[in-house]
Amino acid sequence: MKKFTTLTGIAAPLPMVNVDTDKIIPAQFLKSIGREGLGEALFFDMRYLPDGSENPDFVLNKPAYRQAKILIAGDNFGCGSSREHAPWALADFGISCVIAPDFADIFYNNCFKNGILPIKIDKETWEKLLDDAVRGANAMITVDLEAQEIRGPDGGVATFDVDPFRKECLLNGWDDIDLTLQKSAAIDAFEKKRVTAWPWAAPVDG
Amino acid sequence: MAGQTLYDKIWDAHLVDASAGGMALIYIDVHLTHEVTTPQAFEGLRQAGRSVRRPDLTLAVADHAIPTTDRNAPVEDAQAALQLETLAANTAEFGIEYYDGHDIRQGIVHVVGPEQGLTQPGMTIVCGDSHTSTHGAFGALAHGIGTSEVEHVLATQTLIARKAKNMRVTVNGALAPGITPKDMALAIIGKIGTAGGTGHVIEYSGAAVRALSMEGRMTLCNMTIEAGARAGLIAPDEITFAYLKGRPRAPKGAAWEAARAYWRGLASDDAAVFDRQIVMDAADIPPLVTWGTSPEDVAPITGAVPDPAQERDPDKARAMRRSLDYMDLQPGAKMTDIKIDRVFIGSCTNSRIEDLRAAAAIVKGHKVASHVGAMVVPGSGLIKAQAEEEGLDKIFLDAGFEWREAGCSMCLGMNPDRLAPGERCASTSNRNFEGRQGKGGRTHLMSPAMAAAAAIKGAFADVRECKLG
Repeated sequence: MKKFTTLTGIAAPLPMVNVDTDKIIPAQFLKSIGREGLGEALFFDMRYLPDGSENPDFVLNKPAYRQAKILIAGDNFGCGSSREHAPWALADFGISCVIAPDFADIFYNNCFKNGILPIKIDKETWEKLLDDAVRGANAMITVDLEAQEIRGPDGGVATFDVDPFRKECLLNGWDDIDLTLQKSAAIDAFEKKRVTAWPWAAPVDG
Repeated sequence: MAGQTLYDKIWDAHLVDASAGGMALIYIDVHLTHEVTTPQAFEGLRQAGRSVRRPDLTLAVADHAIPTTDRNAPVEDAQAALQLETLAANTAEFGIEYYDGHDIRQGIVHVVGPEQGLTQPGMTIVCGDSHTSTHGAFGALAHGIGTSEVEHVLATQTLIARKAKNMRVTVNGALAPGITPKDMALAIIGKIGTAGGTGHVIEYSGAAVRALSMEGRMTLCNMTIEAGARAGLIAPDEITFAYLKGRPRAPKGAAWEAARAYWRGLASDDAAVFDRQIVMDAADIPPLVTWGTSPEDVAPITGAVPDPAQERDPDKARAMRRSLDYMDLQPGAKMTDIKIDRVFIGSCTNSRIEDLRAAAAIVKGHKVASHVGAMVVPGSGLIKAQAEEEGLDKIFLDAGFEWREAGCSMCLGMNPDRLAPGERCASTSNRNFEGRQGKGGRTHLMSPAMAAAAAIKGAFADVRECKLG
């Protein structure tokens, strides 16, 4: 997995509440059998007009935000479907940090698997960051995962919480399947216990 | 010792390792897979030279992108065809059982698991689909996962997870006549909001929940994700056992007795502590219809489209205005004055035999309004066959409905079943998000009986005023 350590970039404001994963990437783009190239489809229905041209009013189409690396998003960002195409599309576009007052659980989890840092932040700090984001390239934001700090353009610093395990995985770019396979003995032991304790539950076919 | 909730008990029984800080490794009993969220996971296994640890605990079903038209015709959409071929090839390569479009057991994965008796109380069940919460109806801990986690489960049969908080939603009393489990689900989401259950597992309890059939319980648990909670749970009871008994994958003989004894011990202890509790009265729940673009945007059928000017929270008022603009609705419009273009009866929420019977009871002897296109998509091939045995297909076809093959269909519009821009749909599915059923499409969620009534009237109608037959 791609590492996430420190990120400095333009933050795009998208303060809309309940941005669901269908909005992040509509279902017609889920027919790919790969993970690549989904950045073009990010926020498709908001980003493009019915004739296929760019909607000039959408934040990521504005000259100031075309290179955004951070998204300042609204409450309950990523609600809805479990599609990992949502973080894939964000990453492919170049966004590797999303800051919001709250996230939907599955999307939040999926971000960490793709080198994207989702940051839950209190409403007051969020509003300050949103103000910064509105200033576009004049207001670069730095996100430092090691220090758990967001540094604003005016010298302001906000701290954030992150699960220690997920933090380590992101900082080191660890593949969590590798980590789990190191615990194969515990899985073997569990499976032995399972056969005796719940014999009816295994195997599925029979 | 403090009492344990049903969730606590299942969690503890599946704990493989708890050494990684706040994260734990939990064992997965059943892994359900489909064509859309697995290709990248299988590819990842191949690239890393890994195998599937327990193909025998994994089942694959084609449901999301598969067309609901003639199964003997080639799949016209080249991308969907490739996804289906890829699933067939992957399941063959890794030794996983696969129900393809020609298998009568094929259907929506969350309909198939319970129908086959794979879904059992006390289990952990995951699938790369958020509506995996459906299986919680059996008292199984079941939730959606992303594709990276699908790969993790394939490789290790475990999931790295953080324990959620316990939340209980109690619905006391009894549902009034004409009120369905779908109305109960929408009422709960309307009350707590689409983020109301974030970070929690919701256990449903109370007399009105206990009175639900297994199919009704599945509808309720299915919609749990729309309230923000990844998983919903209902303690297993005699209704659960009666549903399960004799199903192909359910335990038999002595194993059945042993399993049932274990399942009976799963219910939350009286002394169990919940982090959050909501109590509702079933008698207060009317037939509900959504008016906006979030499942929490519910209104009684006897009510009207709400007015953003009355909303005090400016963020919510802005979201309401955007929704109303997208939905092309005026504040104050009576719900029963809203005309529709399409009706979709189907999805993992409402495509089971009881749903089809409820809709058919309204439709029987009537015709779909001339300006409405209506379709019924059964949840599985077996449900379709049963409905045909009961003559329900004839009722729908005589009324002017289309009668399709099983699949997710227009719930998410991945296959050709989609709304055209601007079309308004009465839908028994679970999400009314912008563009969910097709770009520019306008979705209103409701129960199968209400969708059937809307098909006949050509506008939303109060099912309590419809004459049966």
